[in-house]
Amino acid sequence: MEEIQAKLLGNSKKGRLEKLGKTVSFICIAIIVFVVVSILYFVTSKGLSTFFTDGVSFWGFLTGSVWSPGNVGENGQPLVGALPMITGSFLVTLLSAVLATPFAIGAAIFMTEISPSTGKKVLQPVVELLVGIPSVVYGFIGLTVVVPVVRSVFGGTGFGILSSTFVLFVMILPTVTSMAVDALNSVPRYYREASLAMGATRWQTIYKVVLRSAMPGLLTAVVFGMARAFGEALAVQMVIGNAALMPTSLVTPASTLTSILTMSMGNTVMGTLENNVLWSLALILMIMALFFNILTRWIGKKGAMK
Amino acid sequence: MKLKNSRLMLTIAFAFILTACGPVVEEESITAVGSSALQPLVEAAGEQYGAENVGKFINVQGGGSGTGLSQIAADAVEIGNSDIFAEEKDGIDASKLVDHRVAVVGITPIVTPGTGVTDVSIEELQKIFTGKITNWSELGGKDLPITVLNRASGSGTRATFEQWVLEEGQNSIITQEQESSGTVRQIVANTPGTISYVAFSYVNDDVEALTINGVEPTDENVKTNEWLIWSYEHMYTHGEPTGLTKEFIDYIMSDDIQATLIGALGYIPTSQMEVERDVEGNTVPVE
Repeated sequence: MEEIQAKLLGNSKKGRLEKLGKTVSFICIAIIVFVVVSILYFVTSKGLSTFFTDGVSFWGFLTGSVWSPGNVGENGQPLVGALPMITGSFLVTLLSAVLATPFAIGAAIFMTEISPSTGKKVLQPVVELLVGIPSVVYGFIGLTVVVPVVRSVFGGTGFGILSSTFVLFVMILPTVTSMAVDALNSVPRYYREASLAMGATRWQTIYKVVLRSAMPGLLTAVVFGMARAFGEALAVQMVIGNAALMPTSLVTPASTLTSILTMSMGNTVMGTLENNVLWSLALILMIMALFFNILTRWIGKKGAMK
Repeated sequence: MKLKNSRLMLTIAFAFILTACGPVVEEESITAVGSSALQPLVEAAGEQYGAENVGKFINVQGGGSGTGLSQIAADAVEIGNSDIFAEEKDGIDASKLVDHRVAVVGITPIVTPGTGVTDVSIEELQKIFTGKITNWSELGGKDLPITVLNRASGSGTRATFEQWVLEEGQNSIITQEQESSGTVRQIVANTPGTISYVAFSYVNDDVEALTINGVEPTDENVKTNEWLIWSYEHMYTHGEPTGLTKEFIDYIMSDDIQATLIGALGYIPTSQMEVERDVEGNTVPVE
């Protein structure tokens, strides 16, 4: 009896294995958490040093519209107004999301409700292929195709928010589409059956039942697309023109947080104001990423079907 | 059985990792970081050097002049490449750095073909880049708005261009910026009425290089200082170079490399310059 008890309570071979597994996965998690926390700490401390070490006013940074780090304005403060970049980032994000959403949801409806077989065979691989194309390729196509087209159709130099919107539209379309497909697929089959049984047409079923009940999932898809658009650097940098000016129209050169960040990084020296303000831009980007994250969670919670 | 298999795999994997790390032959390597304008030269020279000297490696990375200078000032790498003098960059303690001027590059304004303007004066360039002249017709060209395209602020090419074109304390208008000379050339080639500036080696048939006061942007004119917009390519070391670093810099400065590789890649050998320039831009003839 005691022997069995000792065997059951003591360290068996399987028990040791389980312990080992637990330890390994805990170490992995700990490393990931450590890395994330260090990144958060690093970006935050660097980003805030613009305000604490260099004495730039926080309000002036957010609302100033002249970006010329290294030069000092009339009030003795460095010219580091980030408003043009913030505006640019939000504009391209919103416009590309507005443009991509109808296409993505339309494609998702086609793939789940109207023709699932063609959807699986043709559209799904195409969408997955689009996800896998590196952003530099999108940027290059943007530079050689989109920019000249925008220039000849809408005027201006072709560089600006409109071109970036078009490029980002293609870039976020697959993300939003595949997530919208998942959202529509997760609508229970009996919802559709009940609706059809009550005499609703297919369109009425899609419009009034499927889309309604998939709404939180669809919103999450759009927010994910926006998060990707907001953080995209390379492709946007190639077509937006990178002029740190308040955008006056969609076809004048503008800039985004990411484009200014990637452009200036290599030319500044660690610890100087020029470098610190870039970290502040990175801090804004990080806060926005967190915000998008929280938003999707909140939508998921709020919109969960009861 | 499964467990045994996975253990076996792990052992094999570790064995591979260990052999990859282990010392195979006596190797030496140094890292050169910085200026993207100088990168092609250092890369080519490093490759040639590595081929001639087995077991010696030169790692070359870009990142920009700012990165090069800050890395070498922090003694994090062996060589820091820069287009500008270390003294010109804020936040760099230049006193410990030793300058090696390995080459010279000339920088020329370029425009999209078809503006009707082929020659400008420095004053006219100044007015274009400060936004006082906004149409090519004001310079006797076509009625076409001028689009100014800058390199990113802090870029070595831009710093050199602005040092010789703009007056002290003058700033260029805030306008489009691009990160690399290659992109600048492509945009200038395709966007009517655009003006920008690149190193001589980037000029090709798609863009038109302007003459300044009738002086052609050629290597010969740079050597005599008739063409003013040029700069040294610096390789900085932290203190006097030793060991492999010294050998490699001597290699680049050797007559062989200066006479062949540097010219072939579009740079001008420092040894052929008839003038010498200091940080403040004062020029003295070379004896």
